[in-house]
Amino acid sequence: MRTVTTVLRLDGVDRSFGDRQVLKNVSFDVVAGRMTGFVGGNGAGKTTTMRIILGVLAADAGQVTWQGTPLSREARGRFGYMPEERGLYPKMSVREQVIYLGRLHGLTAEAARRSTDTLLDRIGLGERGDDLLETLSLGNQQRAQIAAALVHDPEVLVLDEPFSGLDPLAVDTIVAVLRERAAAGAPVLFSSHQLDVVERLCDDLVIIADGAIRAAGSREQLRASYTTPRYELVVETDAGWLRDQPGVSLVDLDGARAVFDLAPGSDEQPVLRAALDRGPVRAFRPVTPSLAEIFREVTQ
Amino acid sequence: MNTFDATRLVAAREIRVKLRDRTFLISTIVFLVIAAGATILPSLLSGGPSTVAATEAAAGPLREAGLQVRTVPDDAAAEQAVRDGDVDAAVVAGPVVLAMNDAPNDVVNALSTRPPVELLNPDAVDPTLTFLVPFAFAFIFLITSQTFGVQIAQSIIEEKQTRIVEILVAAVPVRALLAGKMLAGTILALGQIALVALVALTGMAFGGNDGLVSLLGPAIGWFIPFFLLGFVLIASMWAAAGALVNRLEDIGGVSMPVQLAVMLPFFAVVFLSDNVGAMRLLSYLPFSAPTAMPLRLFTGDAALWELFVSLALLLVTAIGFLLAGARVYEGSLLRTNGRTSVRTAWRERETLG
Repeated sequence: MRTVTTVLRLDGVDRSFGDRQVLKNVSFDVVAGRMTGFVGGNGAGKTTTMRIILGVLAADAGQVTWQGTPLSREARGRFGYMPEERGLYPKMSVREQVIYLGRLHGLTAEAARRSTDTLLDRIGLGERGDDLLETLSLGNQQRAQIAAALVHDPEVLVLDEPFSGLDPLAVDTIVAVLRERAAAGAPVLFSSHQLDVVERLCDDLVIIADGAIRAAGSREQLRASYTTPRYELVVETDAGWLRDQPGVSLVDLDGARAVFDLAPGSDEQPVLRAALDRGPVRAFRPVTPSLAEIFREVTQ
Repeated sequence: MNTFDATRLVAAREIRVKLRDRTFLISTIVFLVIAAGATILPSLLSGGPSTVAATEAAAGPLREAGLQVRTVPDDAAAEQAVRDGDVDAAVVAGPVVLAMNDAPNDVVNALSTRPPVELLNPDAVDPTLTFLVPFAFAFIFLITSQTFGVQIAQSIIEEKQTRIVEILVAAVPVRALLAGKMLAGTILALGQIALVALVALTGMAFGGNDGLVSLLGPAIGWFIPFFLLGFVLIASMWAAAGALVNRLEDIGGVSMPVQLAVMLPFFAVVFLSDNVGAMRLLSYLPFSAPTAMPLRLFTGDAALWELFVSLALLLVTAIGFLLAGARVYEGSLLRTNGRTSVRTAWRERETLG
């Protein structure tokens, strides 16, 4: 039984390459059973962070723990990893190399074969299993890469840009597989620069910029804490009167439709009442910011 | 996954992939054909005793010597038969042996009385062989260490280039990756040589050179440990060279020192093989010992203790190079931005738990 405290934790991780510090005191949690999106611009430090989690790079300071214990090679052997720059053996068949990677992660020959067959069928590569990797389309190579990360039924998944290069159908397949793993209790950390995909997928979010964590938490929390209250109002006639309403600052006005922010401490109900006094109200709703907006705000 | 199991898995994959590689299979077959040809063909081509034309009067001793005699009416006819190419030689009055351009030894011997010969050093080796055998040893070592060394480097670069190395390093100790590749290379190299040796020895026996087999036996026996250690020495350098670059195209730049370390000793051994002093020196230098020492054993001027001393020197050097190669490998394996310098690789190894 995993509990809520089952967590992959980064604690004060620093890393420099030469005199360029690429990670500054990076700390965040990846909680079991949840999909954690890891977003940041190019060169923000996502890949370095993931490489440190997997032990491909060493941290200069700080540590990574899993279930409260600093990571050992044995523990990392039960992780599943998909590196940013893709590659498997071009001249080996998909099935053969997925089996090989399963065995390197400690599966017996029989278990590796069984797991590979199930997985390839699941992600739609069953038919192509015996083809050489280099003969597959890029999208199918990407699926094979996912299979390589999942073959040993990992306890923790760390996926660097798992959706880049996938068509929408493949994204759906992979998302379904990852959700299954999360539902089975694995923490899933995935990075992406496609904010709409992250928005759709993640339960938790970690935002990194210039090697420092700018925001981390559940998606709802972040939405709540990183935006001023914003509302959309649609009335029958011109909504220009909102300009004179106390506490309201207009963001956008287009005839009968207006988007406005409320000053801290102001209540939205008086605004609604004022609108009803002037005529019918067709719509009145809070505007939740998109991830892209939050991202822009916290990384500026 | 412990280092030992991981090494075994890595080696098994390398071997499996190589055994399916068409280039490797074809080159092995070519080697085998050459080995068979070189040992069997000479005895087939030498074509038995000479044919000789002679008058009936002169034919007696020639027949006794087992030559194929064609009787002709007179000496003029005998000479004509030689000129026409019908026979290899003719014996005319005198007796004089006639031949076109090559004195037929068996005919001459049949007509001469030979003094008894007593060999004081019956083990001394045919001078043709003393040239051919060292050349063969040096050549086998050159070709094999080159072929399989390059293969190790290529396999390392492939993993770097495709970035699969990141997955591998996250799963198994870096040492196991290198050890697995070295092990696979060594097994394949030894396997190929053993096959070639088997075919060559069979060919010699088939060609009636049993004496050569017993003469070569000890030299071949000693060649194996020398070859093994020499191979590890060279392969370590190839591994380091492969780890320093990211693309197969760039291997040329870093492989120069390795190539020289193989080529220079090769030419030294081939060209100095009859210089006793130089060969003594070469048989102790680790890079030339794998070919020079078994050769000195073959020509009979190496004492047993010398073999052990040379082997020990080679062992120490090979271990040193293996450790150094492993360090460079570990230090540059994950550097995927252009070419890494040996110094950087040496210093900046990731220290991982």
